Amino acid sequence: MKKFFRNLFDNMHHKAGDNPFLRTTVDAFDTFMFTPKETTHGKGVHIRDGMDLKRTMIMVVLPLTLLYLFGAWNIGHHHYLVAGMAEEATLLQKFLYGLLQIIPTFIVVHAVGLGIEFLFAAKKGHSVEEGFLVSGALIPLIMPPGTPLWMTAIAVAFAVIFAKEAFGGTGMNIWNVALMARVFVFFAYPAAISGDVTPVLDDTGKLQSKNYVWIENDHNLLHNAFGNFFKVNEYDAAYADMILSPDAISGATPLAVAATGLEIDGKEYVGWEAVQQMWTTKELLFGIIPGSVGEMFKPLILLGAIFLVLMGVGSWRIMVSFAVGAAIAGIIMNVMPGASDFMKVPFQYQFLMGSLLFALAFMATDPVTAAQTNMGKLWYGFLIGFVGMIVRVINPAYPEGWMLAILFMNTFAPLIDHMVLSRNIKRRMAHATN
Amino acid sequence: MGKTIRLKKGYNIKIEGAASNTSITDYVSPTYAIKPTDFFGIAPIPKLIPNIGDEVKAGDPLFYDKTNPSWVYSSPVSGEVVEQKRGPKRRVEEVVIMADSNQQYRDFGRLDASASKAEVEQRLLESGCWQFIRQRPFNVTANPADTPKAVFISGFDTSPMAPDYAVVMKGREADFQAGVNALSKFASVHVSTPTGASIPAYQNLSGAEVHSFSGPHPAGNVGVQIHHIDPIKKGEVVWTVNPQDVLIIGKLMNEGIFDATRIITVGGPTAINPGYFRVKQGVNVKDLIGDAEHSRVISGDVLSGTKINNDGFLGFYDTQLSVVEEGDSYEMFGWLLPSYPRPTRSRSLIGSFLRNKPFKVNTNTHGEHRAFVVSGQYEDVLPMDVYPVHLIKAILANDFDGMEGLGIYEVVEEDLALCEFVCTSKQSVQATLRDGLDYMREQA
Repeated sequence: MKKFFRNLFDNMHHKAGDNPFLRTTVDAFDTFMFTPKETTHGKGVHIRDGMDLKRTMIMVVLPLTLLYLFGAWNIGHHHYLVAGMAEEATLLQKFLYGLLQIIPTFIVVHAVGLGIEFLFAAKKGHSVEEGFLVSGALIPLIMPPGTPLWMTAIAVAFAVIFAKEAFGGTGMNIWNVALMARVFVFFAYPAAISGDVTPVLDDTGKLQSKNYVWIENDHNLLHNAFGNFFKVNEYDAAYADMILSPDAISGATPLAVAATGLEIDGKEYVGWEAVQQMWTTKELLFGIIPGSVGEMFKPLILLGAIFLVLMGVGSWRIMVSFAVGAAIAGIIMNVMPGASDFMKVPFQYQFLMGSLLFALAFMATDPVTAAQTNMGKLWYGFLIGFVGMIVRVINPAYPEGWMLAILFMNTFAPLIDHMVLSRNIKRRMAHATN
Repeated sequence: MGKTIRLKKGYNIKIEGAASNTSITDYVSPTYAIKPTDFFGIAPIPKLIPNIGDEVKAGDPLFYDKTNPSWVYSSPVSGEVVEQKRGPKRRVEEVVIMADSNQQYRDFGRLDASASKAEVEQRLLESGCWQFIRQRPFNVTANPADTPKAVFISGFDTSPMAPDYAVVMKGREADFQAGVNALSKFASVHVSTPTGASIPAYQNLSGAEVHSFSGPHPAGNVGVQIHHIDPIKKGEVVWTVNPQDVLIIGKLMNEGIFDATRIITVGGPTAINPGYFRVKQGVNVKDLIGDAEHSRVISGDVLSGTKINNDGFLGFYDTQLSVVEEGDSYEMFGWLLPSYPRPTRSRSLIGSFLRNKPFKVNTNTHGEHRAFVVSGQYEDVLPMDVYPVHLIKAILANDFDGMEGLGIYEVVEEDLALCEFVCTSKQSVQATLRDGLDYMREQA
């Protein structure tokens, strides 16, 4: 078999000839399938470590895959929950339904992103680099649920061209590519990112059901094909009743609920209490809540973080200092006189809401855009945690802060490193003899 | 008594076929060669002294440097000059001597410990032994006009498959002492010994400070040791000498002859006959290697040695020959499901859990060259207060102040060799560092 594929690729290389696009494309698939026969030079090291960038990247994609699996189930679960069919629907049905939601986004992200990567590689005459393996896996996980595909496509194109290739490709970018895609949607189409959940209350103000924004967009081509299997028709009837009911009012995500409070049965709940009216701590922990696909199931995210540290791909320095920074900001806000209800949410519960843990494990640890010195990583993580928490709680427009905090600190990471290096240089030059 | 320093950072690579039997075999090859390309800082076309067909004794000069005529390079054996191999632009690549069966030595006369600095300097220069003294920064032959801050001798070698200096130094106490005495005329001498090892040549040494070091490779690198004993500051010069070359200097002092004998190891997965060999400098490796097929012969260790031909000659400063398989074959899904264990620092590969089992290494790069992505890798294997990635980037950017500030004077290629080994992006760290060192030397 090895021989067959080897001959196939050798043939394709031959046929690709001088066409730069064909050449890089064949090369990309070839190097995916076969580690090249390249050897070390005559001078320098003669043997090399078995680790390469492809494997590094796949070590990040692996834990993300588990988040995809859980996210797919979760979407399906909520879908049937809203339709009042959560009990009847099987695990497989929920899972497949969720996959139908994720797969189109996944395909669009990779078609656009990889397409641009291949074109740039051909234009610049270098091989296709692996960076987009991770960006491409992250983007569907962090896009607001229900973002239209065309919006996703534009966002990805923007991120890959302006945040990455313009700077020279993988390893050269200043800002996290996946977050640049999301921030594009955030600023260009703010309406798409508003609330993630709509609690459905009856006319007495009693919580009847929870309704999710992604449902508005949950019809795609695939549903027509699989409609019967997923009992979409029955679901549609239930859904239409609810959404059209004049009694239904709109609400928001756990974070938005914490920020704005909630009125149920004429009684007002604020801060963490309000959140508790809609979701139990356990639900928050296990992610049976709405949100972006990736940010929900906290135990899996923590496992992913541990995996990244063990594999030497994610920096524990960034993760730990991030957590410390967020906790300190949370504690300060807890005890601050005149704190708002949202600020009073006990700091440990802040870790359960929104995308804090996901950002900590997968977004802040991107080695290219993070600080690169060990001391710098501690500062970098701490400041993301601290600044992100402030943005999350005090920002009046949108109750989440990690995307902005990470991009902000991406910008300052070189400065942090510069300060660390300056100290090293000063130490060395202080004793110079001339 | 010197310092005791425990280093933690670094990585030992165990390689299959390393010399395990420490009994030493005498080996004589028909031809020997001195290669001007082994020396940094020498003008590209040295002035050749004897003509082809001339007879030389061991210690007779073969050529000298045109910019520093006092730098002569001596023949390690007596015999007939049979070839002066030229490369591109008439560069001299090898001067080959056909060895006599009865070795004759040029008599330089003895010098005892009371000899003056000028006498020692003169003797070292005329015998060619001066070439054993290299200076940091830049790792070039020392300039006799300089006043070094100190002379450093790393008494052991932690690189893969390196000789054990307890074996090498056995019974050579007098020569080592004489060598150290000679070097101490120039500056104070620092010698390092591996912690816990019993090497009488170091333990009973007088006239030098003996420091003990422990830790994984590169703890045995003299550059790492200098950093922990007395770091090189801007404007300072220190000299370094290999311990086996101290023995040659010692013998020159004690007996008045240039006896370029050294003990080397031959090893590696495809080495036919691994072991310890007593050879002369510049030995022809053809019969030492045997018929190692599809292999790369490396003069030096696998991390910073030089590739030589199967019938090539041992490098001037090298004390080992490594023979590893050429890895020029495709590996299907090699990045995902490696088909054989390989040394690695990454816990994602089985190789990181097999650290006590020797690896059958080859020269495959195990991946393609990429831009820097992963951070913190280099720092984990470099036990120095240096930021290697940023130093390399400063070199790539020709940032003079950056290079100086980040410590380019403190490192040479071998110190960053492990950084190059672990690099996920397969960067050419040592070649870049050499460019930087050359650039700084031109500017100086």
